[in-house]
Amino acid sequence: MKVVTALGRLWLVPVALVVWEVVTRAAEQPFFPPPSAILARMHEMWFSGPLSRLLLTDDALADLGPSLARLFSGWLITAIVGVAAGIAIGCSPRLSDYVNPLIQLGRAVPPPLLVPFFLALLKLGTPAQLATIVFGVVWPILLNTIDGARTVDRQHLETARIFGFSAAERLWRVILPSALPKIFAGLRLALSLALILMVIAEIFAGTDGIGYRLLYTQRSYLYPDMWGCIVLLGVLGYLLNSAFLLVERRVLAWHRGARQTT
Amino acid sequence: MDYARVLRGAAGVAGFLAVAELVGLSGLVDDRFLPRMSTVLGAATGLVADPEFLADAGATLTVWALGLLLTVALAVSAGLLLGTLPRAEAATRPLIEFLRPIPSVAVIPLAILLFSDNLHLKLAVIVYAASWPVLINTIYGLKDVDPLAKETLRSFGFGPVSVLARVALPSAAPFIATGIRVASGIAVILAISAELMAGGSEGVGIYITEAASGGRVDLMLAATLWAGLFGLVADAVMVAAERRLFRWHHVRTGGAR
Amino acid sequence: MLKITDLVHSYGSHRVLGGVSLSVAEGELVSVVGPSGCGKSTLLRSIAGLIRPSGGRITLGGRPVERTPDDLAIVFQDYSRSLFPWMSAANNVALPLRRKGMDRRQRREAAMAALDQVGLADAGSKYPWEMSGGMQQRVSIARALAYRPSLLLMDEPFGSVDAQTREDLEDLVLNVCAHHGITILLITHDIDESVYVGDRVVVLTRSPAVVAADLVIGLGRTRDQIATRQLDAFVRLRAEVGRLVRGGHTGHTTESTSVLEKK
Repeated sequence: MKVVTALGRLWLVPVALVVWEVVTRAAEQPFFPPPSAILARMHEMWFSGPLSRLLLTDDALADLGPSLARLFSGWLITAIVGVAAGIAIGCSPRLSDYVNPLIQLGRAVPPPLLVPFFLALLKLGTPAQLATIVFGVVWPILLNTIDGARTVDRQHLETARIFGFSAAERLWRVILPSALPKIFAGLRLALSLALILMVIAEIFAGTDGIGYRLLYTQRSYLYPDMWGCIVLLGVLGYLLNSAFLLVERRVLAWHRGARQTT
Repeated sequence: MDYARVLRGAAGVAGFLAVAELVGLSGLVDDRFLPRMSTVLGAATGLVADPEFLADAGATLTVWALGLLLTVALAVSAGLLLGTLPRAEAATRPLIEFLRPIPSVAVIPLAILLFSDNLHLKLAVIVYAASWPVLINTIYGLKDVDPLAKETLRSFGFGPVSVLARVALPSAAPFIATGIRVASGIAVILAISAELMAGGSEGVGIYITEAASGGRVDLMLAATLWAGLFGLVADAVMVAAERRLFRWHHVRTGGAR
Repeated sequence: MLKITDLVHSYGSHRVLGGVSLSVAEGELVSVVGPSGCGKSTLLRSIAGLIRPSGGRITLGGRPVERTPDDLAIVFQDYSRSLFPWMSAANNVALPLRRKGMDRRQRREAAMAALDQVGLADAGSKYPWEMSGGMQQRVSIARALAYRPSLLLMDEPFGSVDAQTREDLEDLVLNVCAHHGITILLITHDIDESVYVGDRVVVLTRSPAVVAADLVIGLGRTRDQIATRQLDAFVRLRAEVGRLVRGGHTGHTTESTSVLEKK
């Protein structure tokens, strides 16, 4: 039953694929290979490896490995630093007054503009790439955490005071959990932004990764390969977002429950 | 009270500048790579009178504004269409959900192949990337319209078009405005990324690339500073406009909470 | 054990408490009643050390209250904002016990025992949002009981629950007070309730509040929702408190309400 309704909902996707296939075959434009050709190329490039490696080829490991490592390390470093700083700023109105203009300015700088600067300052490759990701991703995490920590329910804080919670208990048991829904919203936004910045970083400051392969295939006129990179990036974005939502739903089950009843 | 906050903010900025200057003075970092703060600020002042930079900034601004305008025109009409036709919306939703997570900058290499004209290329990638928030907010805003208000108008004999114009559009407007504000930030990122990737003759991205190849880090940072300040002002203007235009919306949602 | 002398508090130029003096003895259940907006909550928050009053003196067990006292607990009116929604009922009750030097197992046992006392032996693993308002308020009371405070403050604890639950909770509080010898100061705007649960009823005037009357109820500790409310003494006391509260409403001073009291 569920499958049928899902099919009913998704009918336009196969239709769009078929139309795309028919139109591209008829047009015979080299820039627009038919989806079947793109899929075949993707399979050949990345997913025709041995079963023991989940079908992943050497190329897949060489492209996906460094890209994902970059994406996650940049995102995780920023998450730890951003949440810690955000809690500190959100809990202290005075500190927040001091740093607010700087944060607003930093947030307003378009991250790609800084790529040439990071390249000049740091080495080509990982340092400049990580700097690009961290600088772009830190703002949504920081701002959401500050907002979450600032809007902790007053009665929760008073309860903590009445029952004599230590500073650590107040932080871990009261402030952090109640800021968590906003922190997660920031982290999710940051994850999709990290993917974009990963591509930018690999295009400008890379020697490997999916972004680098995208640039390489475009410059070498390998159109099905280039389309394959774009599709792979789209699938990656979709998977990352879905996986994060799954984790968020588990961690914040109490939040959804509390929202439904009140 | 507010005065003290402004003062603290100014102190924070001054403190940051002072620390950056001291780091430069201490000789900890080579000032060819990281110039002193005073040098950067000096360069930033100089840029105001630099015709080359002004032309580049103007070019990026034009692309940004045109791209945003096109985005709004296309995405709002598409959103209105999908928002008023629930079946079309249900059918296209999975398609939108598959297309949206494609990292927008990944389409730039494709666009470079497709468009020989540099302006068309930039506009195309801006419209592709910036349309999502506007489209989704428009659909969401139309869903949020109070059905009672629509039925009231209908009962007075108004046709579907006047219902759309008189009730649906005004009450979806605050959501659309928020989408446009998000889109404007995305448009700037895409405009600059396209300049960096596709080259061309003018734009802030080009200015920075040229400064980089000339080893002028001070000019790069100065131009970045102006871009940030511009973004700050643009965002503040939009937030203020939203507050003014949609005060009724804030009052309504504020009271409901 | 709690002694308040000439407590004064203002918010800006608005004076809320105009010199409140009252004392509560060990093991007593004192209800404080007054017209809404008369500063009852301000009084309670001053005792809890959550706000610093503009003037006057509060001592708890002989020591002046300057910050939140160590052995004091509160049950707030708004249970939905007082329990932590990200913790189960048992964890909500157990968390404050960490500072009592108990280990994890002891805390768990104490929490289960307290939940048992409020009739929620099976609800330890439930989350607040999975429970009714009355159940949440019971958890809130269990948390206070497990903490073994020398003074328990209750701020309109039954103000947000339905009538039936309210009666159950009133009896629960009476029961707890009798069996555990906890001293309770209960704030309410409900005249009937103040008489039903109180050993003493302190009536405040409207703001700036002062004590209009301090009545000993003397109905004994075992009370019954129906039988007690039919007693002549109860009816008389309720009427008297009602007149006093209303007297505060029309702006009479302490002297004139005392005159009313004598009539």
